[in-house]
Amino acid sequence: MLRKLSVIAAVAGLLTVGASAPAFANGGALEPKDVHWSFEGPFGTFDQAQLQRGYKVYREVCSACHSMKLVAFRNLGDKGAPFYNPKYPNSNENPVVKAIAKDYQVADIDGETGDAIKRPATPADRFPSPFANEAAARAANGGALPPDMSLLAKAREGGPAHIYSIVVGYQAPPKGLKVGPGQNYNPYMAGDLSSYWSGDKEHVPPGGFIAMPQPLKAGQVTFDDGTKSTLEQEAKDVSAFLMWAAEPKLEERKQTGFAVLIYLILLSGLLYASYKTVWRNESH
Amino acid sequence: MSGHSTYQPKTGFERWLDARLPIVRLGYDSFVDYPTPRNLNYWWTFGGILSLCLASQLITGIILVMHYTPSAQGAFASVEHIMRDVNYGWLIRYMHANGASMFFIAVYIHMLRGLYYGSYKAPREVLWLLGCVIYLLMMATAFMGYVLPWGQMSFHGAVVITNLFGALPLVGESITTWLWGGFAVDNPTLNRFFSLHYLLPFMIAGVVILHIWALHVVGQNNPTGVDPKSKADTVPFTPYATVKDGFAMSVFLILFAFFVFYMPNALGHADNYIEANPLVTPSHIVPEWYFLPFYAILRAVPDKLMGVLAMFGAIACLFALPWLDTSKVRSMRYRPTAKIYFLFFVVVCCILGLCGAKLPDDPVIPHLTTFSVMGSDLNSFVWLSRFAALYYFAFFLVVLPVLGLVEKTLPVPDSIASPALSADAKKG
Repeated sequence: MLRKLSVIAAVAGLLTVGASAPAFANGGALEPKDVHWSFEGPFGTFDQAQLQRGYKVYREVCSACHSMKLVAFRNLGDKGAPFYNPKYPNSNENPVVKAIAKDYQVADIDGETGDAIKRPATPADRFPSPFANEAAARAANGGALPPDMSLLAKAREGGPAHIYSIVVGYQAPPKGLKVGPGQNYNPYMAGDLSSYWSGDKEHVPPGGFIAMPQPLKAGQVTFDDGTKSTLEQEAKDVSAFLMWAAEPKLEERKQTGFAVLIYLILLSGLLYASYKTVWRNESH
Repeated sequence: MSGHSTYQPKTGFERWLDARLPIVRLGYDSFVDYPTPRNLNYWWTFGGILSLCLASQLITGIILVMHYTPSAQGAFASVEHIMRDVNYGWLIRYMHANGASMFFIAVYIHMLRGLYYGSYKAPREVLWLLGCVIYLLMMATAFMGYVLPWGQMSFHGAVVITNLFGALPLVGESITTWLWGGFAVDNPTLNRFFSLHYLLPFMIAGVVILHIWALHVVGQNNPTGVDPKSKADTVPFTPYATVKDGFAMSVFLILFAFFVFYMPNALGHADNYIEANPLVTPSHIVPEWYFLPFYAILRAVPDKLMGVLAMFGAIACLFALPWLDTSKVRSMRYRPTAKIYFLFFVVVCCILGLCGAKLPDDPVIPHLTTFSVMGSDLNSFVWLSRFAALYYFAFFLVVLPVLGLVEKTLPVPDSIASPALSADAKKG
């Protein structure tokens, strides 16, 4: 009985876990491409060189339209971050971080006069947004709002692989698909194209429309470490960077988890031995 | 808490205290000397596991509140502040979020164990009812807790669930306005949900004390369903049950830790990492996994009010269970027919969960069109959920009442010790 019920419990668990996932891959978008990440698996860590390249892509391309409000400059120098340097455990003192911050102007109030001013950012500031407000962002982007990038890699089913797939996945729209002005076809974008499709009703193309035109092309960003800047490389690096931005404590989490699991497995072993010892003379 | 106390105060202080507040005696009688059936299996360890879950949720929750901002403007950012800037905040929050799922995994196993071994039958009806009250409070707490991060799924989930009350005739609209604290889900809603989310866990803790009290009055059920008759049938709670519960808790914590550290967002929704926006509705609003079976029952009924009533009826069945089951035999180990119906019931609950996660009109078998009944193809999740919901209710309202009268049961052992001592041959 016990065994039968265990099997049922296991099947039930699998069913429910499996059930919640595919519900969101809606609208018949293509599954995200299978990408290998350095931060996958229980021992995965961020590849610092990749994060630095990804940051450069964000800085030079994405940040023109996309905000990253939740990330502070000091975060760039934290453990597991793109510019972490063990010589500067306090990331506010990290010279690279300070230099990056100084390049940005942030809004402030002059303490003497009370006037609104702009001053160079310090590591304690958060990334300033490219637009003053949502209306300004929409006005500059044909009515579409470029999403904030702080959590983007966790806010999409498929995570960084989804971002990568969108960036490299732009295609010419198939014949028979009516693409409106300011819209672009992308097979990895969630959506339902059936009302824009004049072809065979049984074969509506996968994907949806996205207001952002293809944001990256090969050679657009020159990497400082000499890595060849193909479209795939740029997309992969910026997706990894956005995963860091969304989950900066990923390395700490996985490392803590390993220690916790070792502890719990040993504890369980000891408790099992105690259980066997206590019950050795009792039938049950 | 019941029976004769064997506590002997050993020190002068214990004797002094025992004459004034016999709290050490209460603890000793409840958790040390308390006679426990010797044949309890691992399904009986989930009571202890659940108290661990409650303690974990309370402690992590109280810490989260130290850093959380309960306002529509600040909630989302404060949760991210916890994730990024608070020392080990990510750990506390992931423990709390995944802890809710672990709590429900454990409570569902605990309830199914009670169902299988007839733990709701006389004299344990009040014990079972108190358990149902805890479960109801848990659902309310979990729902309101999910609203607090103020993400897209928080917000729109709250809209969908609070709107259910709007289906009630006459009073529906007033009730939803009252729940919202206005004319839409907004800051007042968030604030009252926060207040109640902090209150209800302590009410759960209170009912848990009653639940344990009731348990210690009537004694634990056991896999045979036969009452302990002599000392040979029982063992003292400590060390026998404590060490077994401790081992089971530790194994359960491994599962818990695996989710917290390696797949902390697997049981949540990606949309909840987008800040709530009343103007943008997520393409597919689904509740957390532990509500999916009830959500499927709600959507199975074409009429909104009837759907709401069916959903609450599904929970009401649990309350009525002690008086629905007519069988004199407690444990389904000796009820071969009931056992089959029970196993099918477990499968049906999982199917309902699956249906709740899917779009109602999506086909169960891909690319197959059959014929349309009541506006939906028969090969659709809405029809699957209708059949499953029908079985769910039939199990409580037809199978258990009727089967108890007609079923031919297997011989029940005279005492716990008799099958337990005669090797393990009869393990069911």
